[in-house]
Amino acid sequence: MTETEIPEKQEKRSLRFRVVDILLILMMVLPLVTAVALRVLLTPPEEGVAIHGAWVYWCANPDADLSQVISTDFMITEAQVNSWLVMISITGLALFLTHGLRERATTVRQHVAEWVVEKVEGLVTSSMGAFHVRPFAPFVCAIIALSVFSSLMSLLGVFTPTSDMSVVSGWAILVFLVITAYKACCGPRLYVKTFTSDGPVVAVLNVIGEVATPVSMAFRHYGNVMSGAVIGVLVTTFLTWLSSLLLGWLPGVLGEIPLLRVGLPAVLSVYFDLFSGALQAYIFAMLTMIYVGGGFPLEEYVKRHSGRKARQGETARAA
Amino acid sequence: MELALAIVFGCCALGAGIAMIAGIGPGIGEGNAVAKACEAIGRQPEARGEVTSTMIMGCAIAETTGLYALVIAILLIFVAPGVMGNLIKDLVK
Repeated sequence: MTETEIPEKQEKRSLRFRVVDILLILMMVLPLVTAVALRVLLTPPEEGVAIHGAWVYWCANPDADLSQVISTDFMITEAQVNSWLVMISITGLALFLTHGLRERATTVRQHVAEWVVEKVEGLVTSSMGAFHVRPFAPFVCAIIALSVFSSLMSLLGVFTPTSDMSVVSGWAILVFLVITAYKACCGPRLYVKTFTSDGPVVAVLNVIGEVATPVSMAFRHYGNVMSGAVIGVLVTTFLTWLSSLLLGWLPGVLGEIPLLRVGLPAVLSVYFDLFSGALQAYIFAMLTMIYVGGGFPLEEYVKRHSGRKARQGETARAA
Repeated sequence: MELALAIVFGCCALGAGIAMIAGIGPGIGEGNAVAKACEAIGRQPEARGEVTSTMIMGCAIAETTGLYALVIAILLIFVAPGVMGNLIKDLVK
């Protein structure tokens, strides 16, 4: 019975299904194209070595002095725009993978989607315990996806959002809020007690350590990605100089081509862009899970929660 | 004014270099961690996955001090010269 029905259904909605599919693929690809186009159109051409932060695309006050470290002007930089575009692209990817889900997986994309979900749930279970899987698996998966795809943006030649301090700081502050919310879920008294339980001197250190959490998370991600980019540029520049020194005597155009530049920067890029980017995403997500899982007073929460449930049950029974 | 700017730029570069001395610590620490992880895997090959992921986390934590130094060095190289230069130009005016 099902064998005859399913193909008919597929036939019926195939046109609409395909149109939506194409729209979703466009939603995945267009933001990336937009990022490249914005990069080409809005930034001045670079000559020679260029290590710089994100370009400012738009600023509320056009006469602002952009060389200041802390500027109070509202501005939109390349890093922000790229991270928004990555978010749109990831949303498109997620919708595409989950489009046309069936109870029994038949398509490749459903297998991929199920694989991702199972892997992330396994990761959360192994590092936080089964209690947190439901609320936390989507959050962790979002962090990993955003971080990985942001780091991979450098393969398109555009500015990587994760090598901008402000983007990663935003993520770290968000994670810090989540950690604090989970620590304080059993009331403020218990939250304060986690700091002051070992005496006043240790309490100060505890507070400093708590504040250092988001700072170190942001620095870690930003520092790794940024240092990789800087090393890549430095090595490339050095190889260009070396090849002009060694091969400059070759006649004509041959002498101008930086032949030594072939190879090594690509290997470095595989390490710094692909491996390091994915590793930092994993580390960021793992640290999030460890901090939340470690700070969450599970026993107390379960005690109170079950108590409330029991009381609710009693009132229900009384009514 | 030129002398002042030269001193500022030179000291920024020196400071960045000195700050990166902190890279020694994470290097030794991560080396120790990886050595112990290799020993553990050699003793218990079946626990390879768990040991590796724990080692990566430990390395990430140990890296923190080095990354603080790195951020300071990056600030000193890319940000501080501009800020200090503006400051000195303002002072001279």
